[in-house]
Amino acid sequence: MFRFVLRRLLQMVLAFFGTTLIVYALMFAGQGDPIQALAGERPVTPAQRAYLTEKFHLDRTGIGGFFYRYLDYLKNLLQGDLGQSLTGRSIGDILAAAWPVTVKLAVIAMAVTILFGVTAGVLAGIRRASLFDNATLVLTLLVLGIPTIVLAPLAQYLLGVRWPIFPPTAGADPDLWALLLPGIVLGSLSLATALRLTRTSVAENLRADYVRTARSKGLVRRRIIGVHVLRNSLIPVITFLGVELGNLMSGAIITEGVFNIPGVGFNLFRGIRTEDGPLVVGIVSVLVVVYLVANLVVDVLYAVLDPRIRYE
Amino acid sequence: MRVRRLAAWTALPLAVTLGLAACGSGGGSGTGQSDPNAAVRIEIAEPQHLVPTNTNETSGSQVLAALFSPLVDYDEANKPYEVAAESVTSSDNRVWTVKLKDGYTFHNGEKVTADNYLDAWNYGAYAPNGQNSSYFFEKIAGYADLQGDKPAAERLSGLKKVDDLTFTVTLTEPYSEFKTMLGYTAFYPLPKAAFSGPGTLKEGYEQAPIGQGPFRMKGSWQHDAKVEVERYDAFPGEQPKVGGVEFRIYQQPTAAYADVLSDNLDVIKTIPTENLSTAATDLGDRFQQSPASSLQVLAFPTFQKEFSKPEVRKAISMAIDRDEITKSIFKDSQQPARSFVSPVVAGYRENTIGAAGEFDPAKAKSAYEAAGGPKKIELSYNGDGGHKDWIDATCNQLKANLGVECVGTAEPKFADLLTKVKAKQPVGLFRMGWVMDYPSMENYLGPLYSTNGSSNYYGYSNPEFDKLLVEGAKAPNEEAAIAKYQAAEDLLAKDLPVIPLRYGQNNFGHSTKVKNVQMDLFDRIDLLKIEAVS
Repeated sequence: MFRFVLRRLLQMVLAFFGTTLIVYALMFAGQGDPIQALAGERPVTPAQRAYLTEKFHLDRTGIGGFFYRYLDYLKNLLQGDLGQSLTGRSIGDILAAAWPVTVKLAVIAMAVTILFGVTAGVLAGIRRASLFDNATLVLTLLVLGIPTIVLAPLAQYLLGVRWPIFPPTAGADPDLWALLLPGIVLGSLSLATALRLTRTSVAENLRADYVRTARSKGLVRRRIIGVHVLRNSLIPVITFLGVELGNLMSGAIITEGVFNIPGVGFNLFRGIRTEDGPLVVGIVSVLVVVYLVANLVVDVLYAVLDPRIRYE
Repeated sequence: MRVRRLAAWTALPLAVTLGLAACGSGGGSGTGQSDPNAAVRIEIAEPQHLVPTNTNETSGSQVLAALFSPLVDYDEANKPYEVAAESVTSSDNRVWTVKLKDGYTFHNGEKVTADNYLDAWNYGAYAPNGQNSSYFFEKIAGYADLQGDKPAAERLSGLKKVDDLTFTVTLTEPYSEFKTMLGYTAFYPLPKAAFSGPGTLKEGYEQAPIGQGPFRMKGSWQHDAKVEVERYDAFPGEQPKVGGVEFRIYQQPTAAYADVLSDNLDVIKTIPTENLSTAATDLGDRFQQSPASSLQVLAFPTFQKEFSKPEVRKAISMAIDRDEITKSIFKDSQQPARSFVSPVVAGYRENTIGAAGEFDPAKAKSAYEAAGGPKKIELSYNGDGGHKDWIDATCNQLKANLGVECVGTAEPKFADLLTKVKAKQPVGLFRMGWVMDYPSMENYLGPLYSTNGSSNYYGYSNPEFDKLLVEGAKAPNEEAAIAKYQAAEDLLAKDLPVIPLRYGQNNFGHSTKVKNVQMDLFDRIDLLKIEAVS
C-alpha cells in the first residue's frame, strides 16, 4: 500500500511537469499580442509596451524563447513563486483568494450529488420499473439535456429574481444560503449522471448470486442492500465522483460567471480572455494537482470497497 | 460536454430573452426621502489599476472619481470649469498657470500643494514606470527626455512650482485646449504618503489609494469582490448626497442585471445587449440612456489603389443603411453617426458628411460604377467583440445595393487585426472604434487622421488637414480653435477616409433604492448627484 502510494506520487510529479509544459506551450503558441489584448481597443504607448515586454520577456519568441520563458517560469515555480499576472497582481494571491470559494461551491455541489443522486439512484435501482424509477429517468434526461449555460441563468431568474427565494448572485464572500443555488446548478449535471450510474449498478447487483445467497441464508433486506449491494455498486460511482470533483472545480466557469462568484473558473475565464499566459498556466497547474490527488484518493478507496483489490 | 457547452453559448441570449420576456414592468423611480448617510452600490468590473496615471479604463476611473477631485470638470455645454483649481490660464497657449484652491486636504490630513501635482505627473510621464496614461503628458515640455530605457531626465522640464498653490506648465507646442485635458484621471495629484522615495511609488499604494476627493477608502481594495469608500467630511468642495459607495465587482453584466432587478445592486452601468429589449419593461423609467463618447467606423486602407478614390468611398457609405442596422441589430442601444466627432464634445455638428451619409442605393450604385469601384469587398473585424451581426448586415446591404461580392472576415482579436493593418496586408475595409481621452474635437481628429497620428492606420494624409490642426492648437481661444477643427472636419467629410457608422450610448439602469442617477462624459456615474432613497 505504502509503496503504491509512493509510486503514484512520483508519477504525479512527472505528470505535473508534463502538463505544465503542454499548457505553457499551448498558451505560448496561441498568444497573439497580450499587451494589446489587455488594452482592448485603445492604442498602447511605446513606453507601456516596452515596460511589459521586458517584464514578461515577451520579446523572446520562437523555440529558444519558449524554453527560456518556460525554464524561467519553472525556476520561479520551484521557489514557490507563481509569478505575476499582466496587471501586476501576484498569481499566488489571486489563487489564494479564489480557491476557498470554489472549494466551498464544489463541496456543496458534491454533497447535492451524493445526497440526492446516489440516494435516488439506489431507490430507483431497488424499485426498478416503478413510477419512481420512470420519473427519475425522465427528470435526469431533462437535466442532462439542458446545458449549464441555460440552466444557470434560468435558475437565477426564476429562483432569484422572479420568486426571490435565493439571492440572485453570491458575490465574493457568500454565506451557505447564497451558495446553495449555484451549488445545486453546478451539481445537477453530475447528479443526473450519478443517479443513472447508481441505479444501473444497484439493479444489476441485486440479481447477482451473492444477493440470492444472502437472502436464502435469512439476512434482513436492509443489511443485504445497505452493506452488500451498496458496497459493490459504489465502485463505478466513486470512480465517476473522483473525476467529477476535478470537473466541478475547473468546470465552474459558467456557473461562477452567472452567479458572480470570483473563484477559480472566474479567474481562468478572465485569463483566457485577456491572453494572460502566466495566470492561465498558474491556475491549470493547480487544477492538475487537484485531478491527480482526486484520482489517487479514488484508487485507494477501491481497496476499501472491494477487499479483493490489493496494491503492490 | 465541451461541444454541448459551446453550442449553448448561442442559445443563451435566446433563453434569457424568453425568460425575461415574462417579467412584468418595474416600478417607477424612487420618490421617497433622500437618505444622506446611506451607501449606494454601483457595478464595476475589476479595475486594472488604481493609480491615477496608470488607470485608463472606466472601472478604475470610476473608483478614482470618488477618491479624487479633478482640476476641472465639464458643464452642460461640455466646456471645462474649475473644481480643485482656482484658475487655469495662459496668455499664449504655451505656458499655462494653474492656481489651486486653498483648503483641500488629502484623506491622511496632508495639505494639497503644487508639489503633489508635479510629483504625480512626473511619475506618470517617466517611461520606466510603465504607466498606461503616460501619453497624456506628451504635450508637456521635456516629455521626450523621460522616454526610453534609460531616460536622460527624471522630471518634466515643463513643470515649475511657483508657490505652494501655484505651478506653471510649459508645453512643447501651443495647445489651446490644455485646460480641457485636465479633467481626466491622469491629472490627479498624489500625496507625499504615496511615495516611498523621490519618484518611487510606495508598494501597495493602489490597494488603498489616498486622494483629495469627496470620498475616502474604507478598508482596502478587495480584488474581484469590491472597493468601498465613505464620505470624507473635510472635503471643501461640493459634498456628495450619500454616505458612501460600494463599488461591487462583476465579471458578467448579466449577473449585475439580475441583481438590479431584485434591488440587490443599485446601479448597473452597462445593461447587457441580450437584456436591452426587455430593459424598458423590466425597469420602467429606471432604465436610462445617455450619449457616450465612443464612435464606430469602417475604415478604408486608402493606400490601396481600389479605395484611393473618395468617390468610391462615398458610394460605399451611401449604400449602407445606418438607421436600419442601428435599429434592428443594436435595438437602438447605439445611435447612427454622420459626423467624425461625438455629440459629447463642444463643437459637434450633426451630419457633417452630408450626402455621403444619406442612404440612396440608386445613386450609390451609379456613382460606384462611374468611379470604377472594386467588384469584391472584404470587411475585416475582430471576432471577439460581437461585431459579426452588423458586419454581415452591412455586407448584405453592399451586395444588394452595389451589386458587388462582399465577405466579412473575422480576426480572432482586435490586436490581430491591427497587426495585419499595420503591415499593410490587404484586409479590405476594417472596423475601428474610438473612445475619447478628453472631451475635445482635437482628440477625435489628431490621433486618427493627422499624417503622423498614433492611430492613423489607413494611411490618410492631407497637408491641409494637418495645417488646420496645428492652427487650431495655436488658436487664441476655444471658439477660434473649434472653428479651425470644424474646418478640418469638413476636409475629412470631403475625403471620407473612414465611414462614421454609430455613436455609442450608455444604457444604464438603477434599483428602486436610488434616484438622480446620471452618467458623465467619461462614462462614469456622477457620484456627487446620486441619492439614496429610504
